[in-house]
Amino acid sequence: MTNGWIDIKNTDMMLIMGGNPAENHPCGFKWPIEAKLHRNAKMIVVDPRFTRTAANADLFLQIRAGSDIAFLGGLINYAIAQNRIAHDYLVNYTNASFIVQEGFKLPEDGLYSGFDPSTQIYNKSTWNYEAGGRVSAAPVAAAGDTAKGGGGTSQADAPAPSGGAPPSAKSSQPRTGLGYAAQGPGGAKAGAGGSHPGGQAAAAGAPPSLPPNVAYDPSLQHPRCVFQLLKQQYSRYTPEMVERITGIPKDQFLKAADLFTSVRINGDMKKVSTIIYAVGWTQHTFGTQIIRTAAMLQLLLGNVGRAGGGVNALRGHSNIQGATDLAGVFDILPGYLKMPNPDDGDFATYVKRITPTASNPAEWQSYNYWSNTSKFAVSFLKAMYGDAAKKENDWAFSYLPKIDRNYAWAQIWDDMYAGRIKGLLAFGMNGVQIGPNSRKNIDALKKADWLVVGEIYPDETSEFWRAPGTSADEMKKIQTTVYRLPCAGFAEKDGTFVNSARWLQWKNVAVPPPGDARLDQDILAQIFLKVRELYQKEGGKFPDPILNVRWPYTQPDHPALAEVAREINGQALAEITDPTGQGAPSIKAGQQIPGFAWLKDDGTTLCGNWLYSGSWTEAGNQMARRGTDDPSGLGIYPNWAWSWPANRRVMYNRASCDPSGKPWDATRRQIWWNEGSGKWVGNDVPDFKVDSKPSDHMGPFIMNPEGVGRLFAPLSAFAEGPFPEHYEPIESPITNPLHPAQSNNPVVRKMKSPLDKYGEPAGGFNIVCTTYRLTEHYHYWTKNNPMNVQLVPEPFVEIPVELADDMGLKGGERIKVTSARASYVAKAMVTRRIKPMMIDGKKTYQIGIPIHWGYRGIAEDAGRTSLDSANLLSPTVIDPNAYTPEFKGFLVKLEKA
Amino acid sequence: MPSGTLQIKAISAHSGPIPGQGVQREEDVCKYIDVTTCIGCKACEVACVEWNDMPFQQTTFDNTYQTMPATAWNYWNLIKFNEHQRDDGSLMWLMRKDQCMHCEDPGCLRACPADGAIVQYTNGIVDFQQENCIGCQYCVSGCPFDIPKFNSSTKKVYKCTLCSDRVGQGLEPACIKACPTGCLKFGTKTDMRALADARAQQLREHSGFANAGVYDPPSVGGTHVIYVLHDATKPEQYGGLPANPVIPPTYTIWKRAAKPIGLLLALLAAPVAFFHYVMEGPKEPAP
Repeated sequence: MTNGWIDIKNTDMMLIMGGNPAENHPCGFKWPIEAKLHRNAKMIVVDPRFTRTAANADLFLQIRAGSDIAFLGGLINYAIAQNRIAHDYLVNYTNASFIVQEGFKLPEDGLYSGFDPSTQIYNKSTWNYEAGGRVSAAPVAAAGDTAKGGGGTSQADAPAPSGGAPPSAKSSQPRTGLGYAAQGPGGAKAGAGGSHPGGQAAAAGAPPSLPPNVAYDPSLQHPRCVFQLLKQQYSRYTPEMVERITGIPKDQFLKAADLFTSVRINGDMKKVSTIIYAVGWTQHTFGTQIIRTAAMLQLLLGNVGRAGGGVNALRGHSNIQGATDLAGVFDILPGYLKMPNPDDGDFATYVKRITPTASNPAEWQSYNYWSNTSKFAVSFLKAMYGDAAKKENDWAFSYLPKIDRNYAWAQIWDDMYAGRIKGLLAFGMNGVQIGPNSRKNIDALKKADWLVVGEIYPDETSEFWRAPGTSADEMKKIQTTVYRLPCAGFAEKDGTFVNSARWLQWKNVAVPPPGDARLDQDILAQIFLKVRELYQKEGGKFPDPILNVRWPYTQPDHPALAEVAREINGQALAEITDPTGQGAPSIKAGQQIPGFAWLKDDGTTLCGNWLYSGSWTEAGNQMARRGTDDPSGLGIYPNWAWSWPANRRVMYNRASCDPSGKPWDATRRQIWWNEGSGKWVGNDVPDFKVDSKPSDHMGPFIMNPEGVGRLFAPLSAFAEGPFPEHYEPIESPITNPLHPAQSNNPVVRKMKSPLDKYGEPAGGFNIVCTTYRLTEHYHYWTKNNPMNVQLVPEPFVEIPVELADDMGLKGGERIKVTSARASYVAKAMVTRRIKPMMIDGKKTYQIGIPIHWGYRGIAEDAGRTSLDSANLLSPTVIDPNAYTPEFKGFLVKLEKA
Repeated sequence: MPSGTLQIKAISAHSGPIPGQGVQREEDVCKYIDVTTCIGCKACEVACVEWNDMPFQQTTFDNTYQTMPATAWNYWNLIKFNEHQRDDGSLMWLMRKDQCMHCEDPGCLRACPADGAIVQYTNGIVDFQQENCIGCQYCVSGCPFDIPKFNSSTKKVYKCTLCSDRVGQGLEPACIKACPTGCLKFGTKTDMRALADARAQQLREHSGFANAGVYDPPSVGGTHVIYVLHDATKPEQYGGLPANPVIPPTYTIWKRAAKPIGLLLALLAAPVAFFHYVMEGPKEPAP
């Protein structure tokens, strides 16, 4: 979340889409309700089903699964057309004014410029800004600047400013000291003709980079400025087109669009709206781009960085955020440092590749916080390899694995199915069940040599050999050795949970692990120590990374999580002085560092994850704090636990103020500029350079090299385009009405194994199926708990009344759902909460399947339920940016069973 | 079971003074249930089962999210799920937490013939005392909300106690404590009623529910469990909440008319018998 759970109470407007917080985050859902009760906030819920969240909505719209970008793009189009956008925010805090290179092409035909159909990869060199500084029409109007040529008609093309010329909201005079009047020759040239090629075009072979002095037009009228391109891109997402794609009738869409954008009527900045989502957005072959569309909408409306605003991902497990922060995905290291690849010959090359250089108009400033990457990376290597990481050996960079291809979750199972992966350690997950395409995962395990499962219950993965449909003969032939290790449950170990709001909350042990169960960290430590022993005795191809791992724990085979947490926070290895020059006392060797600003790239600090730096300081375990004071009343609770980064509760909070440093809404003051002290001060920790005065025009989005929010995401930011475009799910009931010739995401590839089959309407698969969780169950665990089993005893399939009537089916009767991959049998729940939809003129049904059941559990063992797993049905096909499978919106057919 | 500050106000089928009456003054307690912000998460159901140590039972799928069709002797708190189509075609999914309403004028207590099997405390809680229950099930038919449930093996009747054991110790009921959204609250009747009225007003003025209101039926003297409803004119659509709950007349007559008349007749019978004896003398054995 950019904001946090409690902060939702500060909102005026909620769009809850791609998530079902009332059911999957019931405790957090308190805060949307608080906003309704205490601010009369409105709640719009958009979902394929009328959920328990929808039951609390002011407005509910039923959407076809997988059409979210069309809906959100329609909202962008509506907001621009109605001028319900945040003009000053847009000009000063986003790249709306930046000018994009000539040669960049929007995807009218479904493809951006640079697509190579043979490789299904984009050459992204045209997805870049032009260099050259300011090209605004206004100061050179006398010269007959083309951008001004429209004269009065420009009102229709650009948002009406809510004040004078940017960045000052009040004055029509450009601020002195900002250099707004000064124009580089490049700017003048571009403004006059707009024809020069990108001056920063790199030499052939070198990857293109962002220009240092970006061309920009603060009047937002240059035809190639980001705002105009954005406007052009989403002008195709008309209410009629939204209706064809999403199935939401035009009048209902307009009602929602009017309501959601009503916070920005006439550009008034007081009110704020939030967008709340979860895996209903991520689990698509364009999931990352759905979330980006939401982020763009929020930038357009000036809602990011503000109390009650933001783009808020709800994490579905108690520590999924922590897992992500500590490198839960193959292509990142802890703290979102990029993984090295084989071309990174040495540390310097690696750091240069992953460290962005500032790219902003010369008159503006960009903090470009990732310019500190080398400090984070060296400190990480020092935490990994200790004294073995020295300047002379490139900080032991050669010890780190280099990724030469995709090793994402779906790929691991594909590799195992193909016989390339011979063993698997499965902790904290039920791999067979979480799918997709469970049959393939079950068959993959049959081909493995060994499987280790650390769990609290015997689960489907550790008993994959008795999946339904496995004959006794076949069971005998399975050669996989399974080691089942009873592990401690969450209440049986200490450590932290990191919640959706980025809070690290320390927890204590409630009860000791029962029986033979052991702590996960003990099991991993003991495996590591044995492996190291083998390398010590027998050597090996490359023993150094194993032999040199820093392992400083008091009990090496039982590392205390407190010790691990202290290492993650970071420690000084020599005496270091306050890098900020604020005169804080220096830190002695062996002491905990106070925060990531103290990290160094000379080997005098170690830090497991720079983002968590500050969580366990010399003042103690900050994550265990339980202070309940909230002086601002905004629900910041600065002394409760510890929030990354730097105990900051709302990210990008510089954007909560206008360009002059005054809060957009005085009743929800987060931080502000204090002229007297020359600093940013306030109720939250400023997400900014604290002494950067407003006239410096430093951008509030300090993690972007531009310093501003990206409406246009340049170069390699995303695999399939700088603006999101609606593509159909891989299995879709229609071809894409925007561009039938390019229906799906062009960079997405289907898997090739014999078990990876994909269905089409022509093959009889014409019902859209989506999968989800229920509030009564927690994934695949709680079917082992009689209380939860009592609440919802068995699997079911939710089916519209109309479809059931067509089939002559009654609620409670058994139904067989078939996809191109497998069949699934369960009882039918016939409901009015899913209605038939008209999708591009075709009557289309959607159904839904909760994912919780399988072949291991109380009711399963007693023979009272169907033993199928929902993910037998889902396809293995993944988002090209985040590698998440498409669990939402695939095709099935139905028959009575 | 009840102790501490709980004071008995009424006792079933009990003549004579109520023990401890008037020793302590106490405010009426009340559960507030805002149906319009309930998310049907069933945390209250779980809390109820766990606090009261009730045995699990096997349930079966019944084409609904509702755990079981009705409350049971070992399941006192049940969220009733109802899909409701509005006149404009839009859907509502109504979720109402069903449990004992703790009527000010409790039909169960009126109906009960067993001395001490049902008590009403001065704070409004109506509580069953199973050790005095004779299993006649008159309370089942006396309740306009279908709440008391008979256990055929113990031959006793059970229902929500409003956690009299917790309330007696100054704690809120288990269901209230477990509620994640705050749609359940607990306090004095006066406070909860004011909160409910304010919420209903907010729903009328800001959420477009013109008939929003509070369910606190006067026909049973008001209840110690009150609901905020989107449409208080149609409580039936919330899983059969009666618009005008009434105690069956048999029991009203039993308590209000038949019983006093019976007593009076019994009293009259004594002097009649006396005079008969004086006038006629003792009954002689038949010759």
